[in-house]
Amino acid sequence: MSTTEQPAAAVAEGASFGGVQARSAAAINTTSRISVRNLDFVYAPGGNKALKGINLELPDRQVTGMIGPSGCGKSTLLRVLNRMYSLYPGQKAEGEVLMDGRNMIAPEVDLNELRSKVGMVFQKPTPFPMTIYDNIAFGVRLHEKMSKSQMDDRVEWALSRAAIWGEVKDRLQTSALGLSGGQQQRLCIARTIAVRPEVILFDEPTSALDPISTLKIEELIDELKRDFTICIVTHNMQQAARCADQVAFFYLGELVEVAPAAQMFTAPREKRTQEYITGRFG
Amino acid sequence: MPQDQPEHIVRSYEEQLRKLRDMVARMGGLAERQVHDAAVALIRRDTTLAAEVIARDEALDALEREIEAFSIRLLATRQPMASDLRFIVAAMKVSHDLERIGDYARNGAKRAIVVSQQPNLGSLNGFQRMSVLVQENLKLAIDALASDDAEAAQRVWAGDEPVDDIYNGIFREMLTHMMEDPRNITAATHLLFIAKNLERIGDHATNIAETVHYAVKGDQLPDERPKADASAYAVVRPPE
Repeated sequence: MSTTEQPAAAVAEGASFGGVQARSAAAINTTSRISVRNLDFVYAPGGNKALKGINLELPDRQVTGMIGPSGCGKSTLLRVLNRMYSLYPGQKAEGEVLMDGRNMIAPEVDLNELRSKVGMVFQKPTPFPMTIYDNIAFGVRLHEKMSKSQMDDRVEWALSRAAIWGEVKDRLQTSALGLSGGQQQRLCIARTIAVRPEVILFDEPTSALDPISTLKIEELIDELKRDFTICIVTHNMQQAARCADQVAFFYLGELVEVAPAAQMFTAPREKRTQEYITGRFG
Repeated sequence: MPQDQPEHIVRSYEEQLRKLRDMVARMGGLAERQVHDAAVALIRRDTTLAAEVIARDEALDALEREIEAFSIRLLATRQPMASDLRFIVAAMKVSHDLERIGDYARNGAKRAIVVSQQPNLGSLNGFQRMSVLVQENLKLAIDALASDDAEAAQRVWAGDEPVDDIYNGIFREMLTHMMEDPRNITAATHLLFIAKNLERIGDHATNIAETVHYAVKGDQLPDERPKADASAYAVVRPPE
């Protein structure tokens, strides 16, 4: 897994803040897995820009939390990162999303290749109406050819990494729809990591879950960041504070501030950030 | 919670933060009064006033407990962030400083009662000036908290030197009294402790200023602050 040599300057400078260390002991990585450069996005030709000149570095194997009020552009950015918008005519991104020096939103980049590198987990668990085993194997078969025993290994690996193996290993051939909400979400995470992406995008992954299932997902994210670069959109500020190494605050399509989580939630630099995270939005 | 900010969307939260701010301001006012009355009791040899100071200390202790419990409740129920978080933590820290200040004032008042029964050691002008300076700093620090004024807090923080200078002067003066006549030792020792108490109160005022600065600005003042307390190096030379 090579990385672009783009220093995530905004992140590195604040790794220690006024004696407050970034939450990860390893501090914040200075290499970027994804570099977003001057990114603009419109939902319709000639329409308002939903994203305006975004520049953001996603540090390698760190969790980036994206916060902001509804309509601020954070989910839009997440969708741009794996070109979800290309399903819809008229939606258009301009600028660069660099991975290993390649602009991943350029039309010549194969969509399947991009999606195998950048996986996504959605707000509501979206298991396929098939067996637990096939839920995992389905995506893998799209990208790789492998024997039955290799596939068995891959399914076990993915389910174990998603911390659900113990709960489902005796019922792999039963329908995934029989799982609880929290289990379904972990299954979806397993499905995402089964194709061994480099980056995992989480779009409000716990907003439909109870607090204990939420904590399990958060623990899982903590675990997964050893191998994956993670980006999580959340409306829950405490969740961003708990999970993220760096936090980006969006407002009206602009990236207002990006800082290590410890700084963001104790002493943000920007007034708008301060007002938003303290619950004073005017 | 800088006051140029818009109010919280949740009004009850805004009210709770205001209540906390009021409680700290009230406690600050009470602590100021304790310091003032303890000094007056000493200078006027007023044992009745000294007894009042001693009795009133309980109110400060009660306020400290109240502020602490209320702050913890806010932390648990509101999960405050950024400036609110810093303010609530600051309120707790300031209440501890004020409680200590109250203890020093009470101790001074107790000693004032003893001193009043001892021979007069001459002018207590140094004590008068020191207590005025300390009260001023304390008041400015509390006002800085109430009005979110980081600059004012920084001035208090840097302005403790005159207090230290007077303290050094009193220290030497008391040594002289004791060397002149051993019968002065009881009063002079008590007075030395009172001076030390006032000096410590000044230090707590600068602590408060430091806390306020962090609460408002979100960055910390440097570790080293200007200091002039040299009594640790003072020596006694036998009379020639």
